[in-house]
Amino acid sequence: MIIAGLLLTGGIFTAVVNTTAQADSTSSNEELVAQGRDLFLVSCSFCHGQNGEGIRSENGNQIGPPLVGVGAAAVDFQVGTGRMPLAQPGAQDQVKPVAFDDDEIAALAAYVASLGPGPAIPDESDYSIEGLSDKEREAAISRGGQIFLTNCTACHNFQGSGGAMPHGGKAPSLSETSPRHIYEAMLTGPGQMDSFSNGNLSPDEKRDVIAYLVSLRDMPEYGGFGLGGLGPVVEGLAAWLVGLGLLVGAAVWIAAHTTRTSKKKVDA
Amino acid sequence: MDTSKVANSNTTTAATPAKPSRAAAAATWADERLGIASMAKKNLRKVFPDHWSFMLGEIALWSFVVLLLTGVFLTLWFTPSMGEVQYNGTYEQLRGVHMSEAFASTLRISFDVRGGLLMRQMHHWAAMLFVASMMVHLLRVFFTGAYRKPRELNWVIGSLLLLLGTLEGFTGYSLPDDLLSGTGIRAADGFIKASPVVGTYMSFFLFGGEFPGESIIPRLYTIHVLLIPGLLLALIAAHMLLLVYHKHTQWPGPGRTEKNVVGFPMLPVYAAKAGGFFFIVFGVTALLGGLLSINPVWKYGPYDPSKVTAGSQPDWYMGWPDGALRIMPGLETHIWGYTISWNVMLPILVLPLLMFTILMLLPFIDAWITGDKREHHLLERPRNAPTRTALMVALMTMYGLFWIAGGNDIIAIKLHSSINQITYFLRMAVFVGPVIAFLITRRWCIALQRKDNETLLHGYETGIIMRSPEGGYTERHLPLPESRAYTLTARERDPSINGGPEGTDANGIPAPDAGRLAGFRHRVRTLWYADNVQKPTVAELEEGHHHAEHEHELQEGVEGHAADGHQFDGHHLVEDETLGRH
Repeated sequence: MIIAGLLLTGGIFTAVVNTTAQADSTSSNEELVAQGRDLFLVSCSFCHGQNGEGIRSENGNQIGPPLVGVGAAAVDFQVGTGRMPLAQPGAQDQVKPVAFDDDEIAALAAYVASLGPGPAIPDESDYSIEGLSDKEREAAISRGGQIFLTNCTACHNFQGSGGAMPHGGKAPSLSETSPRHIYEAMLTGPGQMDSFSNGNLSPDEKRDVIAYLVSLRDMPEYGGFGLGGLGPVVEGLAAWLVGLGLLVGAAVWIAAHTTRTSKKKVDA
Repeated sequence: MDTSKVANSNTTTAATPAKPSRAAAAATWADERLGIASMAKKNLRKVFPDHWSFMLGEIALWSFVVLLLTGVFLTLWFTPSMGEVQYNGTYEQLRGVHMSEAFASTLRISFDVRGGLLMRQMHHWAAMLFVASMMVHLLRVFFTGAYRKPRELNWVIGSLLLLLGTLEGFTGYSLPDDLLSGTGIRAADGFIKASPVVGTYMSFFLFGGEFPGESIIPRLYTIHVLLIPGLLLALIAAHMLLLVYHKHTQWPGPGRTEKNVVGFPMLPVYAAKAGGFFFIVFGVTALLGGLLSINPVWKYGPYDPSKVTAGSQPDWYMGWPDGALRIMPGLETHIWGYTISWNVMLPILVLPLLMFTILMLLPFIDAWITGDKREHHLLERPRNAPTRTALMVALMTMYGLFWIAGGNDIIAIKLHSSINQITYFLRMAVFVGPVIAFLITRRWCIALQRKDNETLLHGYETGIIMRSPEGGYTERHLPLPESRAYTLTARERDPSINGGPEGTDANGIPAPDAGRLAGFRHRVRTLWYADNVQKPTVAELEEGHHHAEHEHELQEGVEGHAADGHQFDGHHLVEDETLGRH
């Protein structure tokens, strides 16, 4: 079953994600895993161990966690958003330019998936509302909004602009994140994030959350420039710097211009 | 000669008065019934001095007018009710969601009422500017000493206006019942409950039962549109009547005394200036409301106690107690099964009340320390009251640091720093920062006083570099223009600190008012004036001018022998040579 699942995962992945690489699409999963293992040994094993078993330092701190069972989705998220390979350990895994191309990420994902069963990379049909009718889409978006406000805004802010976590960590902004990566983050819970398993948030509910976030991006800024969507702190800053700045400037201007007249004095 | 303005005849036919204009006829009609002419005659020509800083309070006044106008518009559609409805309006993302009528009507104003969103945003921006301009006005009044006798009570009224404006803002942004405002009310509920003994009873009283209940929005609405605006209007009226009664303060200068006001009359000058300023304030508010999004309630969604969003902050004027709350260590005491939450009580209940009390008492504290019971209508430059200026800068620094604490999460994500480190730093900085600011400001003021004296005694720097025959360089100084010198010296000398430490004068005679605090007051007063620089005396000024004239002679005249410039570099002996004095 597992091997069948893995085969299926790899197959779907090569079919969906890896469409440009025609040469690789014919390669079997074993070849992909082998290719991934080579990359893994070079780029990941220093922290995660040569077999993905994880490495602890002498005093018991985790350098790199074990990757057995994290699944292809975790790899696709971590490597695909540039978080891995890590530049340095710390409170927050920095988002950097992606170090691998799509084929290499697919190979790495296939290799890590082969270590133990875990969540697979979602198919586009999992997070897209393309197939729904207009009415269903609207319902999905408003349901997703409520799920988002219940489960996500406490860290990610009301419109996904991001928020602070302890000791320099942060819940990143979701405004640029691709739907696939959002779905994978919910599945795998990277960093300090909770994982929302399918029992917790059903696949449809995850899809709705993504649909809501995408709808926010497509939505016009009804009130004008959004000031970063960060809430009252930035609004207060704007009130003081822009609003009061303009008005005090106007006061200076008014006081600097005093009475003038072009009338001639009448002699009488 | 053109006489047409005066009479229509210069010949044998008698001149007839021109028919009164329609405006004059209307004015006569009104005056015969209301008797406004004599009142208007006096007040329309009332003189106000001209300075940009005197118009800061006007910003508050005009933004209050904008608030009244836009607020009335909003009440026409807003439903202050917590009754639950299903939203079926224009905004797609919330269609089908259950929410309170208050939130649904806010969405309706934002999306379905023509101009509604603009009005909502103008109302909110005007509220931010209202409180902000009151604060900068307060700073101007304090820094220039305009709160001194006879204006102490107007200071108190102004402080009350600031407090009421803040409360009005809080009740206002709580009304839409969106996620952010609900979180704010939830926090307020927590603050009330943190009051010892009576906290829970007060909370139940306010909310009409358990939080959130169904009463809070209608109650806040009544407070927001009726109670506080009424108080604000009454206090603004009192504030302005006192302004007219006391007459406006002015900067010292030639012709300006404690007994007159030099400036322009209300009509036509200030009517035009102030009227124009209203339109500028309205325009800036409209610009902000039209271009910058504020409080996008549709993104917050309806309030639900199970939800919260990162970046939940109050509006800026409530930000500093929020900041104090954020950096307060978690102290609690448990007595006989009851919890006293110092961690909430101290920063939210005690600190703002304490700060506000200090603010209201400032004029009286100042008068008590200085013992100054005279009337003051001429303003003081901030530098000429170094301790007072430094005191307010210290308070501002503390306020600013609490502000930073209130935005610690936004600062952490935008500056990629640790929210914990920011918090630890601020816990120390709110105590140390004001002290540093006080010391720096005080020395800065004293340095500026010294610079004023320097200019008075030795003239201003002309930028003309003189080379003496010896090759030395000096900058030529010229005496200040009379009017400038007058303005600089128009300030008073600080009173000399008479008396010994125990409330006795220099001869050991006890002061008549010597009470138990006399010794303490003497020490504080000594510190208050310590190191201040007094303006030069007449003798010093004359000596300074004499010295300057002498210097000019030295600089301008030829000194009798030309120097080749090699005297001092070893080319020939210098025994007979003297260095030029500068």
